[in-house]
Amino acid sequence: VENVRLLDRLSSRRAVVGTLYLTATHVIFVENGSETRKETWVLHSQISSIEKQATTATGCPLLIRCKNFQVIQLVIPQERDCHDVYISLIRLARPVKYEELYCFSFNPKLDKEEREQGWKLVDLHEEYIRMGVPNSYWQISDVNRDYGVCDSYPTEVYVPKSATAHIIVGSSKFRSRRRFPALSYYCKGNNASICRSSQPLSGFSARCLEDEQMLQAIRKANPGSDFIYVVDTRPKLNAMANRAAGKGYENEDNYSNIKFQFIGIENIHVMRNSLQKMLEVCELKSPSMSDFLWGLENSGWLKHIKAIMDAGIFIAKAVAEEGVSVLVHCSDGWDRTAQVCSVASLLLDPYYRTMKGFMVLIEKDWVSFGHKFNHRYGNLDGDPKEISPVIDQFIECVWQLMEQLPCAFEFNERFLIHIQHHIYSCQFGNFLCNSQKERRELKIKERTYSLWAHLWKNRADYLNPLYRADHSQTQGTLHPQIAPCNFLYKFWSGMYNRFEKGLHPRQSVTDYLMAVKEETQQLEEELEVLQERLANLQKSQSGNNKIKSKQQDRSKQFGLYTSNNSLANTPQEYSNDLKSFPSRSPSQGDEDSALILTQDNLKSSDPDLSANSDQESGVEDLSCRSPSGGGCLPSEDSGKDSDEAVFLAG
Amino acid sequence: RFVGSLGTIVIKCKDLRIIQLDIPGMEECLNIASSIEALSTLDSVTLMYPFFYRPMFEVLEDGWSSFLLEQEFELLSSMTNEWRLSCVNKEFSVCPSYPAVVIVPKSVDDEALRKVALFRHGGRFPVLSYYHKKNGMAMMRSSQPLTGTNGRRCKEDEKLINSTLRSGRRGFVIDTRPLAVAQQARAKGGGFEQEVHYPQWRRIHKYIERFNILQESFIKLVEACNDQSHNMDRWLSKLEASNWLTHIKELLTAACLAAQCIDREGASVLVHGSEGTDSTLQVTSLAQIILDPRCRTIRGFEALVVREWLQAGHPFQQRCAQSAYSNSKQKWEAPVFLLFLECVWQIHRQFPCSFEFNEQFLIMLFEHAYASQFGTFLGNNENERAKLKLPQKTMSLWSWVNRPEELSRFQNPLYEANSLVIWPSVAPQSLQLWEGVFLRWNRPSKFLEEAEEERMNIIKYNKELQAKVNQLRRQLAELEADEEVQEP
Repeated sequence: VENVRLLDRLSSRRAVVGTLYLTATHVIFVENGSETRKETWVLHSQISSIEKQATTATGCPLLIRCKNFQVIQLVIPQERDCHDVYISLIRLARPVKYEELYCFSFNPKLDKEEREQGWKLVDLHEEYIRMGVPNSYWQISDVNRDYGVCDSYPTEVYVPKSATAHIIVGSSKFRSRRRFPALSYYCKGNNASICRSSQPLSGFSARCLEDEQMLQAIRKANPGSDFIYVVDTRPKLNAMANRAAGKGYENEDNYSNIKFQFIGIENIHVMRNSLQKMLEVCELKSPSMSDFLWGLENSGWLKHIKAIMDAGIFIAKAVAEEGVSVLVHCSDGWDRTAQVCSVASLLLDPYYRTMKGFMVLIEKDWVSFGHKFNHRYGNLDGDPKEISPVIDQFIECVWQLMEQLPCAFEFNERFLIHIQHHIYSCQFGNFLCNSQKERRELKIKERTYSLWAHLWKNRADYLNPLYRADHSQTQGTLHPQIAPCNFLYKFWSGMYNRFEKGLHPRQSVTDYLMAVKEETQQLEEELEVLQERLANLQKSQSGNNKIKSKQQDRSKQFGLYTSNNSLANTPQEYSNDLKSFPSRSPSQGDEDSALILTQDNLKSSDPDLSANSDQESGVEDLSCRSPSGGGCLPSEDSGKDSDEAVFLAG
Repeated sequence: RFVGSLGTIVIKCKDLRIIQLDIPGMEECLNIASSIEALSTLDSVTLMYPFFYRPMFEVLEDGWSSFLLEQEFELLSSMTNEWRLSCVNKEFSVCPSYPAVVIVPKSVDDEALRKVALFRHGGRFPVLSYYHKKNGMAMMRSSQPLTGTNGRRCKEDEKLINSTLRSGRRGFVIDTRPLAVAQQARAKGGGFEQEVHYPQWRRIHKYIERFNILQESFIKLVEACNDQSHNMDRWLSKLEASNWLTHIKELLTAACLAAQCIDREGASVLVHGSEGTDSTLQVTSLAQIILDPRCRTIRGFEALVVREWLQAGHPFQQRCAQSAYSNSKQKWEAPVFLLFLECVWQIHRQFPCSFEFNEQFLIMLFEHAYASQFGTFLGNNENERAKLKLPQKTMSLWSWVNRPEELSRFQNPLYEANSLVIWPSVAPQSLQLWEGVFLRWNRPSKFLEEAEEERMNIIKYNKELQAKVNQLRRQLAELEADEEVQEP
């Protein structure tokens, strides 16, 4: 469709005209005119909603909201075209079969072996060995070998040694969806563990001997403690309501030596609405400060984030400080339980705060334990009531921790944002389906590629320059504060206003430091080369003529290099460059480096993702893109300056 | 500050810290409390610490004469000859809150200035605040004109501000009051520039809250930050109710507007509110941060504070007497300067590599504005400072700060000079609470300090390596040169 206008969300005066293409996998908008022909790519799977608005004089507006929080506003001249686009997109954005998803057609040009290597990057079996199991307390159980006991659990499940197959099966019959208590994290230091399950089918009075034995077994697997915590992550009211349906929570009288605890995290429906409300606030055209803060408070989003974090902190404390094992569940044990277990693991174990460890953590607590990715993130057309930003909240918890503990994580904000993006993109097979069983049936590993390998390949982009393996924040358990005045929960504009670059800091400290570090590394290498050469030279000068002439050969060689400019960026090039300048002030080197830093590296880049080629941050581009809106001065400037006058509101 | 009870003294400090001392013995406790109370509420300025403070360091450069307006003018003269230094206020008789020398348009003589002073509130006639080298536009500041209800006018005033305009170009008057307030001000003899009499000027009203409202907001915010409850809703609603961030947003917007008029519209600007000692200075100084790369250096920022706040007659002694924990309602108390510092911090956060100084530098200025061993922030204007003989009797803050060993604490390791105008975003999503001040005593700062240290280390190591590599290159080149000489 031609002559489509793409509107800038912040000011309607910034619109570009271009052509809209619909392909099997992407919506592509190509700008007319400009020599760059800027392109905007949006994956169909990222589209969360399409809204056709009332036709105006200029055309028919179409609003596309994406799951990665991009909002695209198009105006299509012909109503009929608009309708066609709308209908096609509705169909394309809601695939009904897995085979329609992008990952089955996505080909990063890797051979079979590389693909297999990619899938092997994250290996859970190895991860449990790293944790220290199996050992004398814990073993692998094969009861779920063919998904016979629980179809949403993995085949390899770690359980206490004293829990026989009989106990496991018995316990599974007493738990929602048969999700029996299984090991999530084991603390080598003190034998305390985090186990997870679904709610017991206790109703008002039912009990199950095997289930009681199961909990007993978990307690015994930690000889250092004479009780375990059972944490129900639901609000008490919700849990009580479940009793009427024959479900519920553990009765402390029936289970020996448990301490039962409610932690009120709301359910997926509340969370979905909360995000919706917050996004409405983000979309406001020119909100005042109190509009924004009030909207943020009203959405309850940060309150929910805090609830999840508090639960994680509670569990981490129980495990690390009290040495007590914890059993976590919610209703089905695949949403809130996954959130809480992974936050707790992250706080407890520095390994999960590395890049590789974080991948392992998501694989362990989310992918393998049957978090319903397909339902929650709407990959296939399904019940909209199943959709909820569950893992988004976990990712935000990590970001909030990163803000307070800047040296604790090996990865940076971009890593989190790209993971979030790919959970929805369906470009890689990792997050397809609702369970391991389904993924095996679909032969995901043979037919698609792994995101982890892709991220790992580009890991230089995701490093946190402040991370050092020997740093105090890097080691041991993290103990974040709880009260908002001690631990400031912030609105994450990098995520929720990700595509409004004008709102973000214009200079990225992370990128700057990474550039400096890279340069440092080059300098280190050069230093070594120089030292070596210097040593040689000195030796040669004090040595005999033979060596001297040899040395001269070398310097002749360098002379040759001097004229060869194509050898840029190698350490040797530096010195030869210098040779051609008679005055050797040390500032020359500095200038060089300053140039490198400001020209290339300060521009914050958003590599890959192909979602939006719009890169307007960076130092040079300082046109102010502030959404304060309103009236404007008659500006004789044109082009880039067209929205300069936005400060003149009111 | 003080709240004494049963052997416990709670001291609430101006830097927002709260200290609790448990003292055995009721009587002793009361004695200590009353002593602290008496000592912390001295009546006379001359009894204050700066008059007794004996520095333990050697003065390398006297801060009292580090930032003279004459030097500023010298710099200006290298760019333009349209301005002159005027000593009309030598005896502080024309305007008591102005410094002895001011920069005014060359075409206006002292006689005219005296007349204009009579037409402006408190005698604060329009003076040069900033000259934009790029396009020769000027930013002036003043107080409101005294038009009154019958529309008084002053030919000299009109001539003065018109003289800054290029022929055919318009200028902007940025009034920091809403139109209604400006209109009401006429009843009390104040007013605003009428279009009829200033046809070349367009007036824009950009409301910035008066100082007493700001103080309330400050108190509420600090209260919210000391609330130890774990409730998220309560925290957010208290933060919202304090309105603090709203003030930040409004102030930044007004400053961006002024900067935009000068840089983008190519127009001269006059900024004033009522008295021209509070919101006016906030706007003019922030606009300079945005426009002028020099103001983003340590030295340049110090000069800005001296020029636009101290010399311009911001009443520091009145505004920064008690801080947020005052029990008695102080009529003149207001965090005007703190708001300015926080806005600088907000811009700093958005352009972390464009400032030579770091967050600690801003916090240090906040502390010294409220309580200091130095005389710099004492008094309400140059006149009072001269009467108190501060330069002779006290030490200047700048004498201390500008020593190399102190400076190193305030340097931003990420600084790379950025000669461009920096336009900050003023969207609510882009503004944050200044944790470094408001949560300073509550949050565990260890981790953030470690991060800062790590940043320093990375840069420092890089610099060291560069130096080493350069040295080796030199050595090598010399050796090679020697070699060539030795060879025939």
